[in-house]
Amino acid sequence: MIGKSMQRNGLILAAFAIAATLLVMLVARLTAEPIAREQQRELLQVLNQLIPPAQHDNDLYASCRLIDDAELARTPTPMYLATLNGEPTAAALEVVAPNGYSGAIRLLVALNWDGEVAGVRTLQHQETPGLGDKIELRKSDWILSFDGMTVNGSDDERWAVRRDGGVFDQFTGATITPRAVVQAVERTVRRFKQQKLQWQQTATACEGETS
Amino acid sequence: MSYRELTWQGLWQNNPALVQLLGLCPLLAVSNTVTNALGLGLATLLVLVGSNITVSLVREWVPKEIRIPVFVMVIATFVTVIQLLMNAYVYGLYQALGIFIPLIVTNCVIIGRAEAYASKNPWHHAAYDGLMMGLGFLIVLVLLGGIREVIGNGTLFDGAELLLGDWATALRIELFAVDYPLLLAILPPGAFIAMGFIIALKNGIDRYLEQRASKPVKEVTRARVTSQG
Repeated sequence: MIGKSMQRNGLILAAFAIAATLLVMLVARLTAEPIAREQQRELLQVLNQLIPPAQHDNDLYASCRLIDDAELARTPTPMYLATLNGEPTAAALEVVAPNGYSGAIRLLVALNWDGEVAGVRTLQHQETPGLGDKIELRKSDWILSFDGMTVNGSDDERWAVRRDGGVFDQFTGATITPRAVVQAVERTVRRFKQQKLQWQQTATACEGETS
Repeated sequence: MSYRELTWQGLWQNNPALVQLLGLCPLLAVSNTVTNALGLGLATLLVLVGSNITVSLVREWVPKEIRIPVFVMVIATFVTVIQLLMNAYVYGLYQALGIFIPLIVTNCVIIGRAEAYASKNPWHHAAYDGLMMGLGFLIVLVLLGGIREVIGNGTLFDGAELLLGDWATALRIELFAVDYPLLLAILPPGAFIAMGFIIALKNGIDRYLEQRASKPVKEVTRARVTSQG
């Protein structure tokens, strides 16, 4: 008796689980293409904001290459190289600040070829709304404070939030978020200045890697 | 229950946020600005109506021993589908709401209504119940968002363009300028305090209405007391 009802209930549950999974799979498949398109469009838009069209004559999106640098990140970092008449003028790197207040913060750091920051944008984060999310340009222009900065030497003490003796503002109620972003950008600029020639030689290959 | 009764229950008498005190987690987390509150309120409303209709339609086939896992699956599916659709077709809004969309799954209002109402009533009543409960939740959320935004930032409808499109920048009202936001109002403790005041206000209004309704009786009593004294 009990066995029979258990069997019946199990079957009903399984049927619902299958129907639910099928529905989610169907919608995921239908939306996969528009979602990828939106993300690519957004990335391109940000790339073009940071590296103005006058500075390059190549297809930025096609110039993507994967940088394998243990000091920069554990996983390969996509880099977009801007060239003008074959000469490199700027580069943009998709880096991750792993130590945000709520997990990783994905950033796009654009650099002029001489190592000066052309601009930084936040691509994705889960920081506290109203506090840590001021790293988004639409919430605050804090992220613009990187513009024109560069790293001098291996230990540039300007690259820290004010509380730690640096030049970057922290937010009221949120120090961890800006600290993580400053560290990630500093690391990127420092490694870029040391490694840009090797990085430039890396073959272009990002097929399916851009997220 | 008639539609009129459902409306009264959802919006006031049995308001999910003020009386049932359900869904406090998103309510307190997202209500720091009117825009966030409105966005999450609308998404919750959609999920609530959808899950209520589905639960009501399948109620004949679901034995009561396994109804909870089935409801959870229905709700989770709805939230996932809505999240995917928003990600694909309203990317700006999706980005503005961020992690709060998956959080809708944890909103007890939704499973509460599935269990208490939708699983026992025909689908059109269940849909209307979802709509009214969702609206009741939305109104409290927006009210709380308004209070916290004004006290904390001195603005209203800040960032509304993320939700409603570019024309909405005109909606932003700056009531007074603040150099530093009042953290207490923006952080969760402020939400609890403001929520307490709103509940107190609702109870106060209820008591006032009750007293007014029973006034004639009281006057009689008082008359008797004075005559005795």
